[in-house]
Amino acid sequence: MILLDRVSKTYNKALGPSLDRISLHVEPKEFVIVVGQSGAGKTTLLRLLTREERPTSGKIIIGGIDYDKLRDKDIPLLRRKIGVVFQDFKLLPNKNVYENVAFALEIVGVPNREIKHTVPKVLDIVNLKGKEKRMPQELSGGERQRVAIARAIVRQPRILIADEPTGNLDPKHAWDVIKVLEKINRYGTTVLLTTHNVEIVNKLKRRVVTLQHGKVASDRANADYKI
Amino acid sequence: MKRKFITFGRIIHTGAVNFLRNVSLGVAAIAVMVVTLTIILFSVIANATFAHTIQQITDKIDISVYLNDSDTAAQSKQLVSSLKQLPNVKSIQYLSKQDALQRYLAQNNGNDTLLSAVTQSPSNPIPATILIKPNDLNKINDIKDYLSKPDIKALQSNDPSYSGDRKKAIDNITGATNTLQRIGAVAVIVFTVICALIIFNTIQMAIFNRRDEITIMRLLGARTSYIRGPFVVESIIYGILSAVLSILIINSAFIASSNALQASSLGLLDISYASQWFGNNFLKLLTMQLTAGILIGTVSSVIATRRYLKFKVR
Ligand SMILES: Nc1ncnc2c1ncn2[C@@H]1O[C@H](COP(=O)(O)OP(=O)(O)OP(=O)(O)O)[C@@H](O)[C@H]1O
Ligand SMILES: [Mg+2]
Repeated sequence: MILLDRVSKTYNKALGPSLDRISLHVEPKEFVIVVGQSGAGKTTLLRLLTREERPTSGKIIIGGIDYDKLRDKDIPLLRRKIGVVFQDFKLLPNKNVYENVAFALEIVGVPNREIKHTVPKVLDIVNLKGKEKRMPQELSGGERQRVAIARAIVRQPRILIADEPTGNLDPKHAWDVIKVLEKINRYGTTVLLTTHNVEIVNKLKRRVVTLQHGKVASDRANADYKI
Repeated sequence: MKRKFITFGRIIHTGAVNFLRNVSLGVAAIAVMVVTLTIILFSVIANATFAHTIQQITDKIDISVYLNDSDTAAQSKQLVSSLKQLPNVKSIQYLSKQDALQRYLAQNNGNDTLLSAVTQSPSNPIPATILIKPNDLNKINDIKDYLSKPDIKALQSNDPSYSGDRKKAIDNITGATNTLQRIGAVAVIVFTVICALIIFNTIQMAIFNRRDEITIMRLLGARTSYIRGPFVVESIIYGILSAVLSILIINSAFIASSNALQASSLGLLDISYASQWFGNNFLKLLTMQLTAGILIGTVSSVIATRRYLKFKVR
């Protein structure tokens, strides 16, 4: 599903590489946790997958799409296949909860009828029923997080990338979010999750990839948190 | 296919909504566009009116060729048909001595001295006459040259007469038309450029105001055309509004001038004809204005969005 072969990314030559010859292979339907200290390169790795950034060197293939052969005009199609929960949410401040989620469907030409049908179901999954009309600034951090998740999964992507989706949540809400991700994963979506949260990692017992200074320090199945 | 229609509808909807939200931003763009389109419209109307005036004067002009009383019928017939061959000759009318006399009497009706001089004379003093109407007054020399050939000249009792006093009026109008065309062309170009620049600026500002939204749309997989579309739609709305406004301005100018001015013309411009022509060609002119407005809006917004919405992966 996801294949990285000796991928490096250097933003600024003076600062050295943010990712240094990363190789990673993720099977379809796998649930992979990426951990690492702040600045280890987790977000950079995810940005390469969504083609927000180009690797300085190395090969990336996702769902059969070879990024070397990807033209700029085909990037939208790639991004439609990947759902992303951004570390900073990236919600539209002038749209309410419902509209923020519907937006992801509108821009790809989904008919209104289908939008009206799908969005409430997804908002139900993330426990935001009854908050459809709220604006993002009227939501708690955890609620915003869940809107971001709803938007990422509403198109039923084959791959879901979640960048610290539990970042500013209390343990209970953090765990609610993780349960949603597990549910999505059970339905067959490949999940890539980055987190600092030791408890979550230990409780999940999934494959854990540890990044350190832009390198893969370890890659273990059914693993605990370890840096 | 269906999704394309839905997407198209959403682009238009978003463009219209954004237009309403940014009206204050769009006012400047609409204002210059109205000026530009009004200049275009005025030039077109003035052009048509001048052409009409020239045509009208040209129609009244003819060349009279006076024959000898001694010319035979065959000779006159021969001359008429040879004149018909000249490319610049529009029509020819042959007046016998009797017809020419009638015409002379009619033309000088009221001028008793002239009339009595003619009627008192024992025989008809007016020669048989050939009246020539030219196609193009500026090429009248072709006909002149032909008439002054010795063998043709021999058939004539007098030099041909040209209703040449009108030539000056025609030169004036032709000059005015040319000047107007030149001024109009320069003004249209200048204002179109200003218009494009202001649309550029408006779009740049709108893009800046919505940069977060645009980034998010990109990240969620929106195509560039979907992001750009609403900006183009917005500019097309400017174009349509400006086209309608320019028509209204010219229309009310005609109404105002017909109320205020007693005279039916302003300088060389025949306002009553211009107003009538405007009315008769209203739909065509409206279409022209809409086309021009939509074209200016589309082209400048496509260029502007190309420039500011460039999609580059680092
Ligand atoms: N756009 C950029 N330009 C220059 N350097 C960057 C850029 N983005 C990230 N970096 C650098 O790359 C390194 C990795 O950053 P990254 O955001 O991937 O870390 P992270 O593992 O996601 O950290 P965190 O846990 O704090 O989110 C950091 O040293 C960061 O300063
Ligand atoms: Mg990060």
